[in-house]
Amino acid sequence: MDTRTYRLLLGLAAATLLWPRLGQAQEEASSCVGCHAALSDDLLSAPVSELERDVHSDFGCVGCHGGDAQEFSMLAMDPARGYVGIPEPREVESLCGRCHSDAEFMKRFDPAFRVDQVTEYRTSVHGSRLASVNDQRVATCVGCHPAHSIKPPSDPSSSVHPLNVAETCGQCHADPDYMSPYAIPTDQHDRYMESIHWHMLSEEGDLSAPTCNDCHGNHGAAPPGVSWVGNVCGQCHMVMGELFAESFHSEIFTMLGRPGCATCHDNHRTVAAGDELLGLGEGAACAMCHTESSAGGAVASSMRSLIDSLTARYEAADSILAEAENVGLEVSEAQFGLGDARTALVSARTAVHSFSLEAVKEEVDAGLEVTAVAYASGEGALGEFLIRRLGLAISVALILALIAGLVLKIRKIEQA
Amino acid sequence: MGNLKQRFSGVWAWLDERLDLAAVRKIAEKKEVPVHRHTIWYYLGGMTLFLYLIQIATGILLLFYYRPSAEDAYESVQFLMSEVHFGWLFRSIHAWSANLMIFTAFLHLFSVLLLRSYRQPREISWISGVLLLGLAMAFGFTGYLLPWNELAYFATRVGTQIMEAVPFIGAYMATVLRGGDDVSGATLTRFYAIHVAVLPMLTTFLLGLHLFLVQKLGMSVPLDVEREGGAKAGMKFVPNFLLRDLVGWLTALAILAALAAYFPAHLGAKADPFAPAPAGIKPEWYFMFMFQTLKYLPAHILWLEGEVVGILGFMLAGVLLLIWPFIERGSGRGEPSRVFTWIVVGMIVYIIVVTYLGYAAEPMA
Amino acid sequence: MDRDMLTEETTGPRQSRRGFVNWLLGTSVGGLLLAVLYPVTRYLIPPETAESTAATVTLSIRPEDIAPNSAQIFRFGNKPGILVRTAAGELRAFSASCTHLSCIVQYRDDLERLWCACHNGHFDLNGRVVQGPPPAPLETFVVNVRGDQIVVSRDA
Repeated sequence: MDTRTYRLLLGLAAATLLWPRLGQAQEEASSCVGCHAALSDDLLSAPVSELERDVHSDFGCVGCHGGDAQEFSMLAMDPARGYVGIPEPREVESLCGRCHSDAEFMKRFDPAFRVDQVTEYRTSVHGSRLASVNDQRVATCVGCHPAHSIKPPSDPSSSVHPLNVAETCGQCHADPDYMSPYAIPTDQHDRYMESIHWHMLSEEGDLSAPTCNDCHGNHGAAPPGVSWVGNVCGQCHMVMGELFAESFHSEIFTMLGRPGCATCHDNHRTVAAGDELLGLGEGAACAMCHTESSAGGAVASSMRSLIDSLTARYEAADSILAEAENVGLEVSEAQFGLGDARTALVSARTAVHSFSLEAVKEEVDAGLEVTAVAYASGEGALGEFLIRRLGLAISVALILALIAGLVLKIRKIEQA
Repeated sequence: MGNLKQRFSGVWAWLDERLDLAAVRKIAEKKEVPVHRHTIWYYLGGMTLFLYLIQIATGILLLFYYRPSAEDAYESVQFLMSEVHFGWLFRSIHAWSANLMIFTAFLHLFSVLLLRSYRQPREISWISGVLLLGLAMAFGFTGYLLPWNELAYFATRVGTQIMEAVPFIGAYMATVLRGGDDVSGATLTRFYAIHVAVLPMLTTFLLGLHLFLVQKLGMSVPLDVEREGGAKAGMKFVPNFLLRDLVGWLTALAILAALAAYFPAHLGAKADPFAPAPAGIKPEWYFMFMFQTLKYLPAHILWLEGEVVGILGFMLAGVLLLIWPFIERGSGRGEPSRVFTWIVVGMIVYIIVVTYLGYAAEPMA
Repeated sequence: MDRDMLTEETTGPRQSRRGFVNWLLGTSVGGLLLAVLYPVTRYLIPPETAESTAATVTLSIRPEDIAPNSAQIFRFGNKPGILVRTAAGELRAFSASCTHLSCIVQYRDDLERLWCACHNGHFDLNGRVVQGPPPAPLETFVVNVRGDQIVVSRDA
């Protein structure tokens, strides 16, 4: 006898004992609630209070469990009255799918609601293992949407709210004991926590930043295959994705079995990409394959130095303009112009994903031109300082003349 | 020429009849400045006065463009600095002259202390002078916030937080001064009102009293000179001393112009109340010795918080300074005590050393 | 003070030492007065660029100079703004700094959208993100036409 059956029997026994008192609560709408609320076993009583906040609360217990809520005896749970009890993992998808795959039914609640979750689920690793080897440990619908407390993803307390998804998946995937039969890593959750994506999501409040399901699919959860990693990242990082797809690296990476974007940017621990990733220096991704002597290494180094030169010129122009502004010189026009250099710098960094030195050089050159103009006007503005100094020299000369006059005057008065 | 002279004396006669200018002239002619080896110190008061007048003039000019609100203040100063012709000049002179004024006021205070010029019958001159220095520092504290830039914002926040530590009334005082629990737009308008209306009014009154007393009692001859038989000679105030004053003022003006041209007042970034405080917030230099002293105090002294003890100590020191002539009565009787000289020297050394440490210390401290 | 002394002999034929001193004093006082009054006068004359508050800017673009389904970049302080005339003829203004990495956005007349070339961010003509990485909508400004002047202001 497994625990579940045991508990069920225990609960039934308790319910029978309590029967006379419950019999008085005839006006209770649901006999399920009437009995279960009074049960001492949490497993059997908790669903009563949980369901109140569930998005499905209107359907009542019988919506999923069947049975007869009007019957105030144990006959309420008679399979003849449609009672299904606790569905087996294999039964869950069709149970939920009864409504959720029914477009006619679903659009009564939300015309935009999708009805392909079950179809997707069957394509997921979870669903296919359940179907093929009857793996009872995989996530079914209720693994991620806990039965009795299902809330829409927009609800911050929902298990599938963007901020909670990583935790929800991590319940199993970050548990080495639970995952031990599958021989897959369990550090994804922790590594994701260090990523720029999680930072954007949790610190910057950008709920559009990706969490687990955005790359792996939610209902069709599966690891993206090596060849289509770019498609996944390219959902948001479109330009990079396109440039990379057209570059020769795309093909070579596929041949080598390297996972596209993740080769340089990591998959779960995708940290903010900085210029240090480029070139052959410390922390450079290119250096994983290329060496100084190779042609590719030379290109990587050249790209890096191009971008570094633009960064340096940009910063120099920015700081000379800030300096000029700080002393009260009018440089807003030049600062405004420098905005284009920033655009060029960002574009050059983007162009790196084409792995074409020409493309990077084009952007950098455009940026250098702008920074040169801005820097020159910064210098010109600081040159106005000279005019101030001329004014100062004249005033000081006048003051000195006056002082000399006064000194002579004093001498004269005191000689007299 | 003769015609002009004639007209001038005509105007003079007309005014004299109504204003008794002859009496003023008599006073001016009669006024003498004693000449001795310490005469140089007499110039400091006049110098401070001159710098205050510069403050009034440039302050009025700044009012033409300044807008006192958290939304506009920074932008209006930025506009003043970059668009308005010579805006940078007047703002820089205002900032520099404020610093120089407080510096000369301190020198004036210490010279009077060391020469014991506060002794009877000049106690009221002394008290009004100490109060004027307090007002000058209040001018500095309130004016610092007005550009609404980052440094000023956080310095004011720290400054008013220190005030909260004063027992019983501190929190109340800080709230009233800030117009709330934290430095905000309300604080800016309050500081503005204090800076351009309240303090000038108080200063006008006290300065009037101070100058009237200088006029009525004349220049004090230092005690040691008096004991040697008094000043050997005198100098007419008009024109001899006044012309020398003028030379000093012009020099100050040239220095101000040079400072403004070479080290214009910076503006920095706009205050953002939600940004983390930048590292190394420092108060204006004339508050540094107090600020730094509070840092050196241990967390607890006996049963009191170190900071509270420090603030009470400075308040006590302020009160003692104010009533100094009534404590140090020896010099009034012509019997100066060496002890007080050493106390003053100790104060000067303390202020210089602690101020230096405040600037030399790591910004993290 | 000694005004008569200053004027007395400056024009006399004898350039005595006293005369020189008075001449020196007179000239330098005059010069210094000028040196003080000149900046003060210039300061008091309002500068050509109207005092732009943080919240408004008057554009140098005239309403008729901007054709339907086109846009122009303008300066809002130190930041770029973009003025769009929609195909329907309505004027709208936005911050031109992309909310992603501050590149300057441009108007795509083929899409009737604002577009950031850096990472292919698209915004609709309400400033909302339609596509791409920008995490937030573009700031929208209020556009008012007064005669032949366009005044753009930040929402209060």
